[in-house]
Amino acid sequence: MSLKIVVLAKQVPDTRNVGPDAMTPEGTVNRSALPAIFNPEDLNALEQALRLKDQFPGSTITVVTMGLPKAADVLRDALYRGADDAVLLTDRALGGADTLATSYAISMAIRKIGIPDLIIGGRQAIDGDTAQVGPQVAQKLDLDQVTYVESIDEVCESCRKITVTRRIDGGVEKVQAPLPCMLTITGSAPACRPQNAKRVMKFKKAAAPAENREGAKITITQWGAADINADLAQCGLAGSPTKVKAVQNIVFKAKESKQLSGSDTDIEQLMVELLDSHTIG
Amino acid sequence: MNNVFVYCEIDKTTVEEVSFELLTKGRKLANELGVQLEAVVAGTGIKGQVEQQILPYGVDKLHVFDAEGLYPYTSKPHTSILVKLFEEEQPQICLMGATVIGRDLGPRVSSAHMSGLTADCTALEIGAYEDKRAGKVYENLLYQIRPAFGGNIVATIVNPEHRPQMATVRSGVMKAEILDPEYKGEVVYEHVPDYVDATDFVVKVLERHVEKAKNNLKGAPIVVAGGYGVGSKEGFDLLRKLAKELHGEVGASRAAVDAGFCEHDLQIGQTGVTVRPKVYIACGISGAIQHVAGMKESGIVISINTDPNAPINQLADYVITGSVEEVVPKMIKYYKANSK
Repeated sequence: MSLKIVVLAKQVPDTRNVGPDAMTPEGTVNRSALPAIFNPEDLNALEQALRLKDQFPGSTITVVTMGLPKAADVLRDALYRGADDAVLLTDRALGGADTLATSYAISMAIRKIGIPDLIIGGRQAIDGDTAQVGPQVAQKLDLDQVTYVESIDEVCESCRKITVTRRIDGGVEKVQAPLPCMLTITGSAPACRPQNAKRVMKFKKAAAPAENREGAKITITQWGAADINADLAQCGLAGSPTKVKAVQNIVFKAKESKQLSGSDTDIEQLMVELLDSHTIG
Repeated sequence: MNNVFVYCEIDKTTVEEVSFELLTKGRKLANELGVQLEAVVAGTGIKGQVEQQILPYGVDKLHVFDAEGLYPYTSKPHTSILVKLFEEEQPQICLMGATVIGRDLGPRVSSAHMSGLTADCTALEIGAYEDKRAGKVYENLLYQIRPAFGGNIVATIVNPEHRPQMATVRSGVMKAEILDPEYKGEVVYEHVPDYVDATDFVVKVLERHVEKAKNNLKGAPIVVAGGYGVGSKEGFDLLRKLAKELHGEVGASRAAVDAGFCEHDLQIGQTGVTVRPKVYIACGISGAIQHVAGMKESGIVISINTDPNAPINQLADYVITGSVEEVVPKMIKYYKANSK
C-alpha cells in the first residue's frame, strides 16, 4: 500500500524573540520584523508523514503552506528533510486572513491537489496558539479528524483505518479513524529528522516564481486565489469574521513593593514577617 | 433566539469544572444583553444525572443529548449536534472550554457556520465596535480578549457580522459561582438521531487512560513557580524543597518547561494552568504577559530575580534581588528556624 499524504506547514515569527515593532498600527503582525521559522509542531507532523513513507514505500508527501513568497523557505526545508512535493499558496487576496479564511484557502488547495489519504498538520502554530486551522480544514472537507496526536500506531491496509494515540487532558486515548482523515500532531511526538545532505544539494535551487530567486532550477508549485477557484469573499481580510478591535501593549500596573536583597538578614526578616502574619506556616 | 450558549463538557456523568466557570460567565453576559442562558450537554447515560449540576448556575434552558456513542467524545457527532442546534436556535454567543475537547470541537463548529472563533480568551466583555471603513457601529458585541503573539500584546477581537460569536476559555480563568441552587430552568431531551447521522460515529475510542492530575496546582494556597532563571532541573529540585516546607505546589513558566527544566503539566499561564494562590513565589521568572495571565490574581507575590527590572517585579509585593540558588535555600533555612 502506498499513501498519499498532505502536510500542512506554516512559517511563523519566532515569538521567543519579539521586539517593539512586532505589530503594525493596524494590529496585524509585522512579520518582516521577526525571524521566521518552521512552526515547531508542523515539523513533528512532517516526521509522522516521513515515518509512514518509510513504512509504506511509494507513498508521497506534499507539503502545503500559505503565506508571503518567503514562506517557501519552509517548503524547501521540508523537501530537504524528505517531502516529495511542495505547494506555496500566495496571493494578496489571501492576506490578512484569520483562521477561518486560512482554512478555506487551504481546503480549496487540497481539493485541487485531490483529497489525500491523510492530511497531517501541527496541533497549533506558535504565533497564535489557536489550534483551529486543522479542524476547520477537516470540517470544510467533511473529513474525520483526530487532534493532539502523539503517535501513529497502525495503518490497516484492508480496512482503510488508522489507529493513533492522542494526548488528552490528564491522559492518553487510543483512537481508530477511517481514511481519509485529518490528524494534528503535538509537540510531544518525535522530533523531525534532520535535513539530508543529498536532498539539500538537489533542492537548494528550488524556488517559487514569486520569490524571484536568481539561478532557480526547480520550480515550486505556486498558486494564487484564482488557481484554487477560491471565492474571494471567503478569502483574506474580507473572508475573516474576526476583526481586531484593539491591541494593547502590556504595561503592568505597578504595586508598592518592598525591595529586599538576598542577604541573610533580609530573607530572615521576610520569613518572620510572613510567618507572623500567618501568610505562610 | 439570540441567547448565550455554553457547551458543557462531561467526565462520564460529571460536568467539568471549566463548564461551571463558563456558565457563570455566560449568565453575566446574558444578563447584560437581556437574553437567556442556554446550555448543551451530550453524553451517554446522562439523563437524570447532569441536570441538577448545570441548572443552578442560572441556566434557563438545558439541551440534553443522551445516546450511545456520544461518550467518550469524538469530533463529528458533537459537531453535528452543535451545528444543527445552532441553525435552529441562532445563538449570539457560544462559549466552550479551551480544553482538548473544546479546541477540537470549536473550530469545526465555527468552520461549518462560517463564524469567528477566538481561542484561549482571558476576559470576555460586552461593548460597541465601530467599523470606520464601513462607517458602521455595532452595539453589544462580545469582546474576546486574549494575549497574542508571544504574550507581548493583548488583543481585543470582535465578530461584527457573524453569529454565533464563539470563544474558548481555559480552565481556571473564570470563576464558578452557583447562582441559585433552586434555579428553575427548562430541560429539553433532544432526539439525537435528528441531529447526528449514523455515519458520524466511525471514529472509535479504543482505549482511554486518564489519571487524576499529579499536582494540585489549581487549588494550592502557596505556589513556588520557577522560570528560565532557575537554570536547570536541579534548580527545580530546590523549588520543590521550598514548596514542600511551605506545603505548597511547584509551578513553572513556559520558558522553563520549554527548556526541559520540569514537566509540562506544571506550566502556569495562558496556555497552562491558571492559579489564584494566597502566596505566589516567582523564582527567576521575568513575567511575560502570558505567564502573568495565569497568576495575576494571586494574593501576595514574591519575586526572586537577579534582574531588578524584571517585569514581574511590577506585580510583586516583595522584590528580592538575588539569584534563586542563593535565596531559596535561605528561605528554607529561615522558615525552618522560625516556624513552630
